Amino acid sequence: MMSPKHGITCALFLASVLSGAVSAQQSSGTPAPPARPAAPVKQAAQNHGDGEQIFQQHCSRCHAAPEGFSPRISGTILRHMRVRASLSEREEKELLRFFNP
Amino acid sequence: MLQLIAGLKIPAPLSTIRCTLFLFAALAIVQPGLAQDTPLISGGVGFLTETNGGSTSYVPDIEPLLAAPIGQHILVESRADLLEFFSPTGGNQPGYSHSHYNAFTYLQGDFIVSRHFTLVAGDYLIPFNTYFERLSPIWIGNFQDAPLISSIGSFSSGSGLGGQLRGNAIERSKFSIDYAWFYSVRSSNEQFTASRGTGGRASLYLPNQRLEVGVSYDRLLQGTHENFVGTHVWWEPKDTAFRLRSEFGRGQHAQGYWVEADYRTQAFGGLDSAIGRIEPVFRMQQTFRRDSIANDGLPSVNTQRADFGLDYNLPHNTRIITSYARQFSDNGNRNIWETGIVYRFLIPVWKGKR
Repeated sequence: MMSPKHGITCALFLASVLSGAVSAQQSSGTPAPPARPAAPVKQAAQNHGDGEQIFQQHCSRCHAAPEGFSPRISGTILRHMRVRASLSEREEKELLRFFNP
Repeated sequence: MLQLIAGLKIPAPLSTIRCTLFLFAALAIVQPGLAQDTPLISGGVGFLTETNGGSTSYVPDIEPLLAAPIGQHILVESRADLLEFFSPTGGNQPGYSHSHYNAFTYLQGDFIVSRHFTLVAGDYLIPFNTYFERLSPIWIGNFQDAPLISSIGSFSSGSGLGGQLRGNAIERSKFSIDYAWFYSVRSSNEQFTASRGTGGRASLYLPNQRLEVGVSYDRLLQGTHENFVGTHVWWEPKDTAFRLRSEFGRGQHAQGYWVEADYRTQAFGGLDSAIGRIEPVFRMQQTFRRDSIANDGLPSVNTQRADFGLDYNLPHNTRIITSYARQFSDNGNRNIWETGIVYRFLIPVWKGKR
């Protein structure tokens, strides 16, 4: 049976291997595209740097962007996220612009 | 077990109907005027299978979520869980037996005063660590089943009935601190089962490092008063699609941790390429029993488990979730295979104005 100590060691080892892989990709010289957002959001990101940054800092920690949704519900989604992620009114507006360029 | 079942309540149909009527009443008073504030129905629908120790179960599942804004500062939101659970009859009998579960996961009203203060009232997910609030939706989690320690600090039902205050305590360019504090009353209502207790969570986020560290504490204020403590660390390095999430929880009778890492490569045409949609996932878990006095939802003996997952993110908000786990314990080692497909939907309740 795997001992608790052995388990912790395995977990730390795997975490360090994964971190190493990430660092290697970061230092490869090619700027990586932004993490997570799905295609429609990514397109909008070019014009709305703040919104994209806010999305990555507050939303993409938990989930990827849904792959397109009706603009009629973007305000409702943001209010939902405002509660979850403690967004400010300014951040909510930036994200609204990000979702509806 | 599947997170949905580990999840929580098994309510009666009559109570479910009452709650549904309440939600429709809430929708009826929503002003349909604002162009971007139309109430929405979101959620996930999935078909999941699990083979645990040679026994295979099948679970078709729907988790709808409703969010309805009222005016400028109020949001009514709710998530429910409707599933059918098919498992082998057992006892050398052929065939499958099945049971169904319909439960409100939460039903709450949010009054947003400012970014620093949001008052939540109703039946809410207990803000202890991160799993229930952030990862439990079927369309978000990388694995079908909840971590072994998910019941720590959840007061059995996973939700509280009462009030909650949450928001952002401090925000600077290099860090921010969020908090959530709750008080729950005791309730034996079949739909809103809750225990009397209080507690909260505070988390520090460093945006430059994309690192979040948090602590949680709650105390059960009925029966034998018990304390629960937890910590979580989340890290998502900038410009990568790598995420590391972890939690530690300690209860009166057991403690444990889980560490989960997932990654999508951007080296072969980005995240939306055929290869970029592949998402390897790994989770390590251990639980340690301090005593066996109470049934607290954790394994009855010390347990270690490694989950190796491979998810595929199809277009149109669809995910294929697969994993193999090897679990070690004094009760016997076992293999657990899980596969599933989940579709996420997100639609306005009505057409509304543009």
